[in-house]
Amino acid sequence: MNFELSDEQRSLQEAARDALGRADTVEAARDALEDPTKLPDLWDTATAAGWTGLLVSEEHGGVGLGPLDAMLIAAECGRRLAPMPLIGHLPATLLAEGEELEQLAAGDKRGALLPAMPPTDLDDAWTVDPQSGLRRSPAPALSGGKVTGRVHWVPDATDADYLVAIAVENGTPKAVLIEASQAGVKIEPVIAYDATRQMAHVELDAAAGKVLGASADDIALAWSVAQSLIAAESLGAVEEALERSVKYALERYTFGRQIGSYQAVKHSLVEILRLMENARSLMYFAGWAGESAPEQFTLAAHTFRVGAGEALDYASRALISVHGGIGATWEHDAPLFFRRAQLSRRLLGGTGAAADRVAGELLAAAGATPAKG
Amino acid sequence: MDLNDTPEQAEYRTKVRTWLEAHKADAPGLEGPQPGHEEAFVTVRRAWQREMAEGGFAGVTWPAEFGGQGLGPLDQVIVGQEFQAAGVPGILDVIGIGMLGPTIIAHGTDEQKQRYLAPMLHADEVWCQLFSEPAAGSDLAGIQTRAVVQEDGSWKLTGQKVWTTNAHFASYGLILARTNSEVTKHKGMSMFIVPMDAEGVEIRPLRQITGEAEFNEVFFDDVHIPADAIVGPVDGGWMVALTTLLFERLAIGGGSESFGYRADRFAKAIADDPVASADSDVRHRLGKLATDLLALRYTGYRHLTAIERGGLPGSEAALGKVTAVKAAIEAGDLIADVIGPEALAEGEWAYLISFLPGLKSAGGTEEILRNMVGERVLGLPTEPRLDKGVPFSELKALEREGAKS
Repeated sequence: MNFELSDEQRSLQEAARDALGRADTVEAARDALEDPTKLPDLWDTATAAGWTGLLVSEEHGGVGLGPLDAMLIAAECGRRLAPMPLIGHLPATLLAEGEELEQLAAGDKRGALLPAMPPTDLDDAWTVDPQSGLRRSPAPALSGGKVTGRVHWVPDATDADYLVAIAVENGTPKAVLIEASQAGVKIEPVIAYDATRQMAHVELDAAAGKVLGASADDIALAWSVAQSLIAAESLGAVEEALERSVKYALERYTFGRQIGSYQAVKHSLVEILRLMENARSLMYFAGWAGESAPEQFTLAAHTFRVGAGEALDYASRALISVHGGIGATWEHDAPLFFRRAQLSRRLLGGTGAAADRVAGELLAAAGATPAKG
Repeated sequence: MDLNDTPEQAEYRTKVRTWLEAHKADAPGLEGPQPGHEEAFVTVRRAWQREMAEGGFAGVTWPAEFGGQGLGPLDQVIVGQEFQAAGVPGILDVIGIGMLGPTIIAHGTDEQKQRYLAPMLHADEVWCQLFSEPAAGSDLAGIQTRAVVQEDGSWKLTGQKVWTTNAHFASYGLILARTNSEVTKHKGMSMFIVPMDAEGVEIRPLRQITGEAEFNEVFFDDVHIPADAIVGPVDGGWMVALTTLLFERLAIGGGSESFGYRADRFAKAIADDPVASADSDVRHRLGKLATDLLALRYTGYRHLTAIERGGLPGSEAALGKVTAVKAAIEAGDLIADVIGPEALAEGEWAYLISFLPGLKSAGGTEEILRNMVGERVLGLPTEPRLDKGVPFSELKALEREGAKS
């Protein structure tokens, strides 16, 4: 029994904290709301630290670490609200191969997964996030080696050199590596609410690419890894929100007392702690499953997504409330965490779909035969 | 991250399994006592604990000199896991073996250890814990049951205890009583062993929302306690009580799953209904509560890791109960919504639903837990309290005064 981080993993966290501490990314998150060009490009930081090839084997020029290590890095980025394009890049490296994989691992090229949600127990289709509304869009189609379709709200696509599209051919999903600069690819940058997320709507019109060998399981794994990374970012932000909330609750006095001495405030801070500890356990669950129990990784990654999403929603609201009115002003940092929480919960299928998948996995294991349609 | 056994643990697990293979046929069922057949239930469970003790699977963590195996908490967890997997119950006297025996081992006299531990281990004598009172639960040090010393050095015990599990078939109880009211409340308590059949002891079952009486009220009316029945020093009972509570915390490793609050169990109840299984609201609620329960399972492994490394889980571990109760309430609610009124008729789900409102307060109310965690883990200011430095007798007078005004 050893269900704690290893010494190496703690060093990895420390190193990430150091590397990310060099730029004031929280301040940049506010500046970017008014001028997106103010967002720092942290790619060199990622490359220098070896994060770009974190999940790539050493044989292909990476560092050969596992999903938990990637989650720990993502958590540190989340703590600082750093615009680090790993949610798009790292899952892409799970599917890429050959020379392009080596370029991605080295950080010479940036990748972005055009994520597609795997089928569920209720729906056989591979789908992508729609531009708006509840009805999901079909994943792009692959025909004659060319991909056609639209994928919305793609994290980290703006500056990507290689897009890894999930496209369906005769009902089978294929991963296709497409050069972003080529004909038939239109990348429309979008920013919504949280300027640290460089997203894009991507339109592929008979875009030619390299069809990769990844299986449907590999592609589903990339989706789950993306879920676990966005969850980890949220967990890091929760930790920061709790630290800041506690600090203020100790500094600020009303009626002659520290506000943290009032139960209403104290209990709210403990609620953040409760949600945070639960989310941390779910991160370990996902990390452990990713390494040692792959058959449970889908369930684990999606529970982590649900738990961390809820934790950050609560924590970012509490962070504002604890600070009182000032916490809701433009100049304060609290709204930046709130923006992060609200957008994150709606990306990559959203936390609602993650909860649905958790239920679907458990119901299927319990032998359910859901009445479809 | 590694959930696998060490070679020693794997070997021990095999030993437990081998024993279970040979003895499983003797095991009683998992179900609780049927109304009117309580005595028969206790008899078969006593016999089963005796068989476990003879096999070395009761008091696993007790030192060998007291009949235990001298093994670690993780070995105890392995026994629990294997018994659960085999579908057989564990020991009857969880409170005695898990908390009270270790307290006597830590604070008792040699005579007490000689006299009480072996019969406890073999379930010849079952024990109960007499701590909580009607007016002292979360604020345990506010107990009012009094033990007054007599000329011959013996004690006279008067007062009332409540929430006492197993009192109706226990031979002995470990009781926390006030022996000095003229000092501050934590300093004037002592711990005693009391025979439950002594003159002046009255046990009344306490019926709960579920309709069952899992607990009792116990009344003490001038009960004679010999001088050698004190455990630990006179007026040093709080320290002894803290030992008991520490062992309770060590037992947290079992986690919420030992209550049967498991994601797969609740999913099964939904899975039987094809319409519910496809309903997005049902699925959403199930997904969220299952997430909480899975978080608890893996939090449990973090605690076990801390214990295996010779430590204890941090104070935040107390929040596991908050999550467990919350998720189980949501599960009961969801299942009742799916099944309808039939879920509230007798049976598994009605029991679950009725049991949980009380569990919210068990082992300290949620409000008190949140105070404790906020102060110890987050370093927030302590609650303002009016009992510091005030002798117990004055404190009670102040409280009476306050209630009047």
